[in-house]
Amino acid sequence: MSLAEYQRVPTIAAHDYESSFARKLERMWETRPGLIGWLGTVDHKEIGIRYIVTAFVFLILGGIEALIMRVQLAQPNEHVLTPEQYDQLFTTHGMTMIFLYSMPVLSGFSNYLWPLILGSRDMAMPRLNALSYWVYLCSGIFMYAGFVVGAGPNAGWFNYPPYSSATFNPGFNIDIYALGMVLFGISTTVGGINFMVTALRARAPGMSINRLPILIWGTLTASAGNLLAVPSVSLAFLMLWMDRRLGTHFFDAASEGQPLLWQHLFWIFGHPWVYAIVLPAMGMVSDGLPVFCRRPLVGYSAVALATVITMVIGFGVWVHHMFATGLPNLGLSFFSAASLVIVIPSAVSVFAWTATIWTGRVVFTSAFMFYASFIVLFVIGGVSGFMTASVPVDWQLTDTYFGVAHLHYVLIGINVFPVVGALYFWFPKMTGRMLSERLGRWNFWTMFIGFNLAFFPMHIVGLLGMPRRIYTYPTDYGWNTNNMIISIGAFLFAIGVALLIANIAISLRRGRVAGPNPWDAPTLEWATPSPPPPYNFVVIPTVASRHPLWEDRLNESTCESSIRTGAELDNDKEAIAVTALDAEPDVILKMPHDTVLPFLLSLCLTALFVGMAALTWWLVVAALVAGAVIAVAWLWPRAALGQTAETA
Amino acid sequence: MLSVALTLLVAATAPALADAPMSYLTGYGPRAHPVTALTWGLLAISVAVMVIMTVLVVLAVLRRGRPRIVVDADGRLPVDHPAGGVNWIVIGIAATSIALLGSLIWTMAVLARVAAPPTEAGLTLEVTGHQWWWQVRYTDAEKPSRVFVTANEIHIPVNTPVRIRLRSDDVIHSFWVPALGGKMDVIPGQTNETWIEADKPGSYPGRCAEYCGVQHANMAFSVIAQSEDDFQRWWDHELAAPPSPANDIVASGQRLFQVRCGACHAIRGTGAGGIYGPDLSHLMDRDALAAGALPNTPAHLAGWVADPQGSKPGNQMPYLALPGPELGKIGAYLQTLD
Amino acid sequence: MTDVSLERVPLPVGSIGRRATGWWAMLFIVATEAAIFAYLLFSYYFFAIQPHSAPWPPGGPPEMKLALPNTIVLLASSGVVWWGEQGIRRGRSRRLALALLIAFVLGAIFVGVQFLEWSHKTFSFSSGVFGSLYFTITGFHMAHVAVGLVVLLVMALWSALGCFNAVRHAAISTGTLYWHFVDVVWLAVFFTFYITPRIG
Ligand code: HEA
Ligand code: HEA
Ligand code: HEC
Ligand code: CUA
Ligand SMILES: [Cu+2]
Repeated sequence: MSLAEYQRVPTIAAHDYESSFARKLERMWETRPGLIGWLGTVDHKEIGIRYIVTAFVFLILGGIEALIMRVQLAQPNEHVLTPEQYDQLFTTHGMTMIFLYSMPVLSGFSNYLWPLILGSRDMAMPRLNALSYWVYLCSGIFMYAGFVVGAGPNAGWFNYPPYSSATFNPGFNIDIYALGMVLFGISTTVGGINFMVTALRARAPGMSINRLPILIWGTLTASAGNLLAVPSVSLAFLMLWMDRRLGTHFFDAASEGQPLLWQHLFWIFGHPWVYAIVLPAMGMVSDGLPVFCRRPLVGYSAVALATVITMVIGFGVWVHHMFATGLPNLGLSFFSAASLVIVIPSAVSVFAWTATIWTGRVVFTSAFMFYASFIVLFVIGGVSGFMTASVPVDWQLTDTYFGVAHLHYVLIGINVFPVVGALYFWFPKMTGRMLSERLGRWNFWTMFIGFNLAFFPMHIVGLLGMPRRIYTYPTDYGWNTNNMIISIGAFLFAIGVALLIANIAISLRRGRVAGPNPWDAPTLEWATPSPPPPYNFVVIPTVASRHPLWEDRLNESTCESSIRTGAELDNDKEAIAVTALDAEPDVILKMPHDTVLPFLLSLCLTALFVGMAALTWWLVVAALVAGAVIAVAWLWPRAALGQTAETA
Repeated sequence: MLSVALTLLVAATAPALADAPMSYLTGYGPRAHPVTALTWGLLAISVAVMVIMTVLVVLAVLRRGRPRIVVDADGRLPVDHPAGGVNWIVIGIAATSIALLGSLIWTMAVLARVAAPPTEAGLTLEVTGHQWWWQVRYTDAEKPSRVFVTANEIHIPVNTPVRIRLRSDDVIHSFWVPALGGKMDVIPGQTNETWIEADKPGSYPGRCAEYCGVQHANMAFSVIAQSEDDFQRWWDHELAAPPSPANDIVASGQRLFQVRCGACHAIRGTGAGGIYGPDLSHLMDRDALAAGALPNTPAHLAGWVADPQGSKPGNQMPYLALPGPELGKIGAYLQTLD
Repeated sequence: MTDVSLERVPLPVGSIGRRATGWWAMLFIVATEAAIFAYLLFSYYFFAIQPHSAPWPPGGPPEMKLALPNTIVLLASSGVVWWGEQGIRRGRSRRLALALLIAFVLGAIFVGVQFLEWSHKTFSFSSGVFGSLYFTITGFHMAHVAVGLVVLLVMALWSALGCFNAVRHAAISTGTLYWHFVDVVWLAVFFTFYITPRIG
């Protein structure tokens, strides 16, 4: 770059998406065809969709595992599975759903939507974005590598030592899970950093923090939480692996190690994590639901604040997973109280959503039905959490199917239902076509009825004393009928999921063409064509309110957002960065072009972990060296990105 | 409508409560009563919250109070910003806070009440969790001669608080007798304590509640509460040596047992003193075999000894490939252990 | 009309100091790395407060003879790096390169001394919990120093190649932030292993 290009006043102009200016941007931003282009793309929309698709593949895998378990549990004393097979199935199911589905699917939506909602051309760090996807994919394959050869993880998703130690679990089942989790943690961390920087920097001018849609708050909070929580679990798994293979003694009671240290490290991570995997989903409801109620969300500030506070308190409740471990009652009381207090921010959101529907005017769509039913499921899942938060009651409820009911109501209720709702809502944006509303109703009712049929009776068998993680049960405990109902419900729910997939498959080809804003929604993503072009916005919009596309009807602010007219930024791939709070324009960012370096780096990381799992040290060293070389090449200061001294 | 469906479901399953021995919705004794009451109390709050919120959401969706939507001239839907929504949050949070505060106080009160037995414990048991059975040691500080070890069946006197010291021999387990109170984890490297007290004679089933490996599903035990006299009689009987063999078959069964099984199992008053497996003294007095995996009938016992891996796959007692006649003799011997 | 305007002042283009996305990213990397060390030290204290059957630490509080000077060496390297960065802010590319090289040497000395210290220990990685903690935590820190050394060397190379000037040196701002973090976190490790056994 020459000196003159290092500083400039952006040209302000109006362009539409058919103009020659748009075609120029298109050529600059589009992903090249061919394999290299496919591996090298840094387009957040492409990466977002890959995330969503991959996560759904894992949802189906985890779901099929669950269905097999439900066949085994449908009746007492069944022999469909051996105990060992059952143990691997429930552990892999938990691992898949909690790690490989729940978080990545939300990262997918956030990746796809953030720049569009924020009025930006890409995430702040597109290459890091690609890296986080590839590492996620590699870690998923890595973690499944044992399962497919019959050596899947078998110590439960929270993997308590000493049962997960080499003494009691000598195979490589746990090694793969442990190292895979560290690899997966890298992906989450990298993704979290990218979300943080994007939220603080890569927004449209004028989108100050009091104008951020709740989805942004949700993912931002989740990312901040992850950055502080994930190290705990990565460390725990690394220490466990060292105990197993390198002879350390962290968790090994025979040498004064502490099995309870594992539980602390795991749940210090685990509880913030369960909020991280729902807050973005709650955000998607907070943004989507009002569209179908034809009014802004009730209590925006309260809901945004509640989102953040949930996470903050969420760091102080982890011991509620350890109420029965014999800790002193004083400590237990504190964590019990904190777990009750955390109900309050959740309640704020629940009342805000209900009030939004009550005071709004409802437009019935499938997306709306998923969103509205989510509120009810959240309440059911929430109140079962409220019961387990009480120490003496939890001494009875813990490790029974009551807990299993709780976790499915919250995970499916607040993650899967909003995600499916979000698919109905944003699918038109992503593909340009509407999902079928008729199939959508069938989809909704089978999922909703199937879900409640499958998981509500789990509360009852839980109260009747059925422990979790048992591969079979005797006839005479009064658990039989409920288990049969659960299994039938599980299959009905699966049919619902199949209907969703069918709807997607059909609508991709034959769906009604959507147009830019089929729901008449207020946020910026709906100001772009469907699907949006690679550069998102032909000019950089300027934002003056929370609802840029409803301004003319709401009269909320004296200013007006400017969407057609804005900065051109067409001197190669460019975007704008703003100040963190007020979103004043700060700098013009030079955006990187497609590159396969992230893909290669993820291969190195995978090789590193394969080397560790196989205790093959030359591979570890080779992978580290190769990774370092790639990292240096990646970070090498480039004139085109404005990273080097000006040349006159 | 959802809540109606759910209420129906609950109603349909409520009769099941009667024949659900592991249920903790009914409790016995001073350890369980306060917890059972609290459980019902929080359950009631929860169901109320669930019903109220479901009704509100359904009403909100179906309500016809506001003007219908009319698409405006340029094809867009109307939007407005009605006031009043925020009151929902204010009122809702106020009500929630009251419910939470009440629950918190009740919780703390119960916690304080069940933390320790109301009177000094009359008996201390040392229970050790093994993959996948329970060892129980009866202690007596005054008369060491009355100390003995048994497995998987715990007898206690009624109306006496019993202190339980929990240790693990391998991985984490959890000691749980639903009708008598909550769980306490059994963690290697530390000794946890809990207590139980039954106010009615009877048999209370218990189970290991922390996942501990392939046979976690079959790690049950039972607590049998007896009157003080019956309990003392039982204890005295446990201390008694087995009868000397009445015939040759039993005698050779005993010899075979010593050789084949004695390395792992103990029978008080004989040469068999193994500690790897459950103590088999007075085996015939127990209701179940192998931590609840099988009922204790002669046929099941014979089947177990012949092939322990068949009914409890993965358990720590190996398949011993004993020839038929030996099995018969050992079986006959075991039958005399009452 | 909106309340922000793009038309007023010219905007800088590209990566500049604290306006560079890389610098922001490093801020969060440091945050998450700090969390790792917090959990490592949490694990240490978790053990330290349990009753012990053998002396804790084995052989009494560790000697300061090597560790204290070594700590000073590491802190000095931070100072040197800071001096170099002040230099490039005034456009002195060579001063920066020199500073980075000196810091590299100081860092390498730290690693060498640390290895020496390790070799004197009477316990090992696998001899007991204390050994596991000591070697894992100091090893973790050493791994960070090793990464830092590579970073310093690469940055020295870049500045020798004349990549940077007074305005454009975002890579330096970012890389030095990491090095300062590695040094500061050592203080926490040092305090934990060398000071707390003396005061507690
Ligand atoms: C998906 C995310 C998610 C969410 C959002 C929650 C939310 C909550 N969870 Fe849950 N939890 C899990 C995921 C989640 N949980 C998982 C996966 C496990 C199991 C791990 C395992 O063992 O495998 C678990 C386990 C778990 C336990 C341990 C149980 C045990 O093993 O013994 C506890 C104990 O306190 C608990 C508590 C809570 C509480 C108090 C909330 C609260 O945040 C809920 C608050 C919300 C509401 C209460 C509803 C809305 C409020 C109102 C309408 C107001 C009126 C309400 C009242 C007056 C009560 N959870
Ligand atoms: C997001 C999280 C999530 C989700 C969605 C689910 C979904 C389901 N879960 Fe799971 N579950 C967990 C998280 C989740 N679970 C966790 C964390 C645990 C604890 C694990 C542990 O204890 O370690 C657990 C444990 C758990 C248990 C307890 C096991 C035990 O303790 O012994 C059971 C038992 O019934 C169960 C059942 C189910 C069922 C029936 C579903 C159903 O919803 C599944 C529905 C089916 C599908 C979604 C698949 C649909 C497939 C098709 C339609 C085929 C289409 C085919 C093609 C397109 C090729 N789960
Ligand atoms: C290698 C050790 C070992 C040997 C040898 C062994 N057992 Fe066992 N046995 C065990 C273990 C361990 C259990 C507990 C299994 C469980 O419940 O998971 C057990 C359980 C039993 C039980 C059920 C006990 C109860 O409390 O319910 C009986 C009866 C029994 N064994 C009889 C025998 C006989 C008879 C033999 C010899 C022919 C024998 N065992 C040999 C280890 C052994
Ligand atoms: Cu022992 Cu489960
Ligand atoms: Cu939790």
